[in-house]
Amino acid sequence: MKTRKLLLGDEALALGALNAGLSGAYAYPGTPSTEILEFIQAHPLTAERNIHSHWSSNEKTAMEEALGMSYCGKRAITSMKHVGLNVAADPFVNSAMTGANGGLLVISADDPSMHSSQNEQDSRFYADFALIPVLEPSSQQEAYDMADYGFRLSEEFKIPVLVRLVTRLSHSRATVEVDAEPKAENEIHYPEQAPQWVLMPGNSKRRYVRLIEDYARLQESSETSPFNRYTDAADKSLGIIVSGLAANYLAEIFPEGCPFPTVKISQYPLPKKMINRLADECEALMVIEEGQPVIEKAIRGVIKSGRTIYGKLSGELPRTGELTPDSVKEGILKVKPDLTSLRNEDVKAASTVTVPRPPALCQGCSHRDVYSALNDVLAEYESPRVFGDIGCYTLGYLSPFNAIHTVVDMGASITMAKGAADAGQHPAVAIIGDSTFTHSGMTGLLDAVNENSPVTVIISDNLTTGMTGGQDSQGTGKLEEICLGLGVHPDHLRTIDALPKNHDDMMKLFREEIEYPGLSVIISRRECIQTARRHASAGNKNVHRQPKTI
Amino acid sequence: MKTDIVLAGVGGQGILSIATILGAAALKENLHIKQAEVHGMSQRGGDVQSNLRISSDPIASDLIPQGGADLIVSLEPMEALRYVSWLSPQGWIVTNTVPFVNIPNYPEEVVIKSELDAHSNVVAFDMDELAKQVASARSSNMVLLGAAAPFIDLAPEIIEDGIRTVFGSKGEKIVESNIKAFRAGMEFTRGLIEARKEN
Repeated sequence: MKTRKLLLGDEALALGALNAGLSGAYAYPGTPSTEILEFIQAHPLTAERNIHSHWSSNEKTAMEEALGMSYCGKRAITSMKHVGLNVAADPFVNSAMTGANGGLLVISADDPSMHSSQNEQDSRFYADFALIPVLEPSSQQEAYDMADYGFRLSEEFKIPVLVRLVTRLSHSRATVEVDAEPKAENEIHYPEQAPQWVLMPGNSKRRYVRLIEDYARLQESSETSPFNRYTDAADKSLGIIVSGLAANYLAEIFPEGCPFPTVKISQYPLPKKMINRLADECEALMVIEEGQPVIEKAIRGVIKSGRTIYGKLSGELPRTGELTPDSVKEGILKVKPDLTSLRNEDVKAASTVTVPRPPALCQGCSHRDVYSALNDVLAEYESPRVFGDIGCYTLGYLSPFNAIHTVVDMGASITMAKGAADAGQHPAVAIIGDSTFTHSGMTGLLDAVNENSPVTVIISDNLTTGMTGGQDSQGTGKLEEICLGLGVHPDHLRTIDALPKNHDDMMKLFREEIEYPGLSVIISRRECIQTARRHASAGNKNVHRQPKTI
Repeated sequence: MKTDIVLAGVGGQGILSIATILGAAALKENLHIKQAEVHGMSQRGGDVQSNLRISSDPIASDLIPQGGADLIVSLEPMEALRYVSWLSPQGWIVTNTVPFVNIPNYPEEVVIKSELDAHSNVVAFDMDELAKQVASARSSNMVLLGAAAPFIDLAPEIIEDGIRTVFGSKGEKIVESNIKAFRAGMEFTRGLIEARKEN
């Protein structure tokens, strides 16, 4: 029995996993992946079966927790945004070496066009060098179907499977046919190949040989995958290789069917035979893929015949930004200028009066009060430097605050401020949110503690993970204890309520600690106004949002 | 049937509830839907848009091609203009005329008005004011949905069902207030279409 539901790509994959007998989901919030765990948290089956769905401290801990559940034979997923896979890279790459026992899906949501990210990295590269298979859904329906398929692939080959999403699929809704009944969960059972879970050199050397053999079998599996498809067509002057979401744009451009033979790829390793057949039968090839030119680079070493290959590297398709039906059409027209029916002469000229409207901190946001006081204090110094971090407060870079000089990756505020202080910079101020601090700031703070570095760390604590929509923050109510536990001197661990009326007090506090020639941590605290509104309207204001202060 | 809509506005204005209502309505009618949204950083007071495609046939792309949209539906006049390249030659712009000014270089209102006037198929009026008159200031997005409804191939009753589905949990009063706003918006557009016919 199937029913129809209107689901985001994220939600379709999450529901697919639940219906496939999921036992645990692990994640740290990150756009565009956040809705996967949120959907699982809200689903009635999660409570009924006691499926794990608590947020993890970061993507590395999430990945390892999921691997631990897989070790015990149960089906697990871990989900993250693409740069989260950098944080989880160590366990991810090594999970190919241990292999999986219960089905394990590592879901990484890429963000081509950087709608809400600092780069456009393509997760498929990680899977390629880790020797991990990839599923790349081209539709919400495939996202749903690939959950169960992916678990089965993972269990058959005893290897984690990377599921690669992109923003346009994660955050686009469509009707999806879903199963009415969920499968049972796996029982606990331990891996048959026990030694490969202990990655000492002797074990690893044996395992690596087996992994490479398995990869060849995975390649065969890609040739017969229900998600990879060779579609023949009459015009052999061009063969098109299209992956994931790009397949939809091709279908949009040719509603009556593409006139050129195509290979649609949604499962990797690449199906070499399919690609070689296309190369043998067609005079030239074009690769249309969302993200970086992963396939385009790879097939230059795969195809036997010396065919011209068009794509992102050769410039027919844009090298940056996400694909659109229009950019794919333009790319095809560059290769096939005689396809005049594709030309659209009726497009209205873009408006000349519109101006960009960049995002901004909400009115009434506590980060505003922090930046306002900090800017006033730093105006007293000749060359202050403020090292920022990832979160809503990144917006402090923009007007009217123009308050930060660097933003790199989760946690880099504290460590870069320390490096700058090591270089002689003063004032060296780090500003980091509460959730980012527990994600990746704590270990860097220990470095600064150990050297009593002259750095002023401001933890702008809004008691939530704000930018992604207000998920629980793992340090809420514990930040003072964490800092003291790491060795921050109690005299230089200060807290203040971030409120407009405290502007002068905040200035005084910031000034005092900047003047202190050692490490200080200032926790400026006030709940995110978005979550505060939600709590107020739900009538449970301040119920469990009041942290202990020291 | 097939309706391709670009929904536009400023983060936090409520364009996603319009999308949710139309999605619920289309699902009930067993139609195909694709709706691309924007979440994350851009929701913080920046420009936001959603591509909503409803069709009786399967839909390929989540994004509407340029020159392909039947409708631009916007809660803010400058945001409506941002997407004119996506509008088909016969397409309609339905927009609130109240500017949302949260940037220092917001263009002068007359400039925006004259550019809107240059398009042939436009429904533009102060939706905040109409919402206040018939319901509450917070339902201007339902006035907008109503004003767009005559151009969408879904029966008004079906869209009203969608409003009930989406706002049902907030109580009957809110539902009724939103439906009033929806109907007022629809009346406005119908009146405008009638007037155009007479001319």
